[in-house]
Amino acid sequence: METAAHEQHSAPLALEIEDLTVAYNSKPALWDVDLQVPEGVLMAIVGPNGAGKSTLIKAALNLIPRAAGDVRFYGKSYAQARDLVGYVPQRGSVDWDFPTSVLDVVTMGLYGSLGWFKRPGKKERETAIQALDQVGMADFAQRQISQLSGGQQQRTFLARALVQEAQLYFMDEPFAAVDAVTERAIVVLLQELRARNKTVIVVHHDLQTVPDYFDYVTLINVEVIASGPTSTIFTDDNLKKTYGGRVSNIGGDLLLAVGD
Amino acid sequence: MSELLREDRRVWLLIAGVIGLFALFVPFSAAAFGVNYDYTLRTVALGGAVLGIVSGVLGCFAVLRQQSLMGDALSHAALPGVAVAFLIAGRELGVLLIGAGLASWLGIRFITSVTRTTRIKQDTAMGITLAAWFAMGVALLSYIQGRPDASQAGLDKFILGQAAAIVQSDVQLVSVVGLMTIFVLALFWKEFKLITFDPEFAGANGFPARALDTLLSTLIVVAIVLGLQLAGVILMVGMLIAPAVAARQWTHRLGQMAALSATFGAFAGATGAIISAVEVGLPTGPLIIVVASLIVIVSICLAPERGLVWTLWRQRQDRQKFAAQNILEDLYRHALGHGDVYFPTPDVLLVGLRGSTARTGLQRLEREKMIVKHGDNWVLTEAGIINATAGTHESNVAQNNVQNSPLKPETILAGAK
Repeated sequence: METAAHEQHSAPLALEIEDLTVAYNSKPALWDVDLQVPEGVLMAIVGPNGAGKSTLIKAALNLIPRAAGDVRFYGKSYAQARDLVGYVPQRGSVDWDFPTSVLDVVTMGLYGSLGWFKRPGKKERETAIQALDQVGMADFAQRQISQLSGGQQQRTFLARALVQEAQLYFMDEPFAAVDAVTERAIVVLLQELRARNKTVIVVHHDLQTVPDYFDYVTLINVEVIASGPTSTIFTDDNLKKTYGGRVSNIGGDLLLAVGD
Repeated sequence: MSELLREDRRVWLLIAGVIGLFALFVPFSAAAFGVNYDYTLRTVALGGAVLGIVSGVLGCFAVLRQQSLMGDALSHAALPGVAVAFLIAGRELGVLLIGAGLASWLGIRFITSVTRTTRIKQDTAMGITLAAWFAMGVALLSYIQGRPDASQAGLDKFILGQAAAIVQSDVQLVSVVGLMTIFVLALFWKEFKLITFDPEFAGANGFPARALDTLLSTLIVVAIVLGLQLAGVILMVGMLIAPAVAARQWTHRLGQMAALSATFGAFAGATGAIISAVEVGLPTGPLIIVVASLIVIVSICLAPERGLVWTLWRQRQDRQKFAAQNILEDLYRHALGHGDVYFPTPDVLLVGLRGSTARTGLQRLEREKMIVKHGDNWVLTEAGIINATAGTHESNVAQNNVQNSPLKPETILAGAK
């Protein structure tokens, strides 16, 4: 698997994970994960519920403690590479009734680069509006965030990540329960990011769209089952290994079977 | 943009209004109740206002972080600290408050460790801690009061608060510490906003989320402890959260919420302290909370967009609109049933069909020029016909019906005369 990744892409590695293990209450959520993601790919992380997809992202970003393992971003530690990494959390993780505007939320993406004590000014606002424009939300800049639909919330979060001008993006379930317009907007955005040689790692649920949206895929179920280009890795066989034989491929359509 | 400006203006007007109300309250209370604004009373009022500002601003964060109950546990947990500090160092406000702060802090540590290490949930852990710490405090106070020592007088006032006991040095102390608290809050404003809204994102951006979290909690503890002498351990939580809850109803911006909350807090603190200082024996805490709760009630009722009155009004509008649309469609169907969209429909038919809603619906439609009255009958106008079928597949048919109608409203109306 490791060698496959190297052969396919001679580009430098955007993300390299070695022996990552995470445990919740002494039950492993991730077991001995090795992962190599070349620069410039759109990668889906796919696996059943409780497979550790979000945990993988959070552990890589030091948001939860690791039991073991090392994570490198462009060969650097997270502390050194922080400016290179952007993060889009699950939109359900925040209180959308918080008293603030869309523009304000997007500006939060610049807080890290502003540093301590400095307040965002005109320049930051302009950057934020540009990012909102990119996700088709420029008209909503002054809108109170509680008035947004689920898709608009997601696009606000994407804009907040865009202003970070990162090289490597982690997105946790951006396609979860969004409208068709938003799904389209996210896909276009992902392609733009790839065109600019950015690397995007997306936790994804919808198996059917994986081959359309992503050129790289990691199948995970506590352990990494397989990882590499979608064309070679996203096979019926690997999916069965990941989902425990509960996936069948009928006429090119992937279906999740009910029960075992 | 105009929407935003309107909201800005609303908040500043409200702040000016509250200040104006206080400016009226002072001469009114002096004239009507003979309140004498002497040096002591001014000191007490100032103390109340300063505490109201500090707890109002920090209360916003307590409310937004959903830690209101934690605030309650914290203030109750402070009581044994007051008693122990008195036993060790005597009756010096600064020392008593340090004792209160330490006891509160131990209370939080206890709640957190119980939640982490056992299967007991946080609300239960808070309930246990609150009761245990408070019981210890009451027991210690009883013991202290049983001692033949005059200096303990008034220590029990920490339970319900007593503004009359506040002297100028106390006000100086709470002002200095309170201003320092607000200064730290202003310094870390951006960071506190970020960890309150999205702690994960803050962590991913290199902010030490846990340390900031601890700092913000500490500031909230300081605000609670400062207010104990005035509001008392039982009701301090009200002074912390009531102004913030009221302010939240009026605005969608954190900065404005904090400014408004500070104003409400200052008003409640000052007026509550004045009333209680005048009538000897009235505890201050309950009075402040009564004033603050009134502000909350008024805000929940009247605030635009979130307020009850506003919501009820909008629901009424929606209902009327819906009723009017139903009647419009009744008219259209009835007219069409008679072969022409301009065929008149008897008033009694509609009232019989729709009951009491028919009257308001018909008035609304007439006002909007969708229908015209014709003797005891109603006739659709062209706009009415278009609206009766708007959004349905019938709308094209309706257009044709309008064009093909041999009856025109003019002829019908002319016939009526």
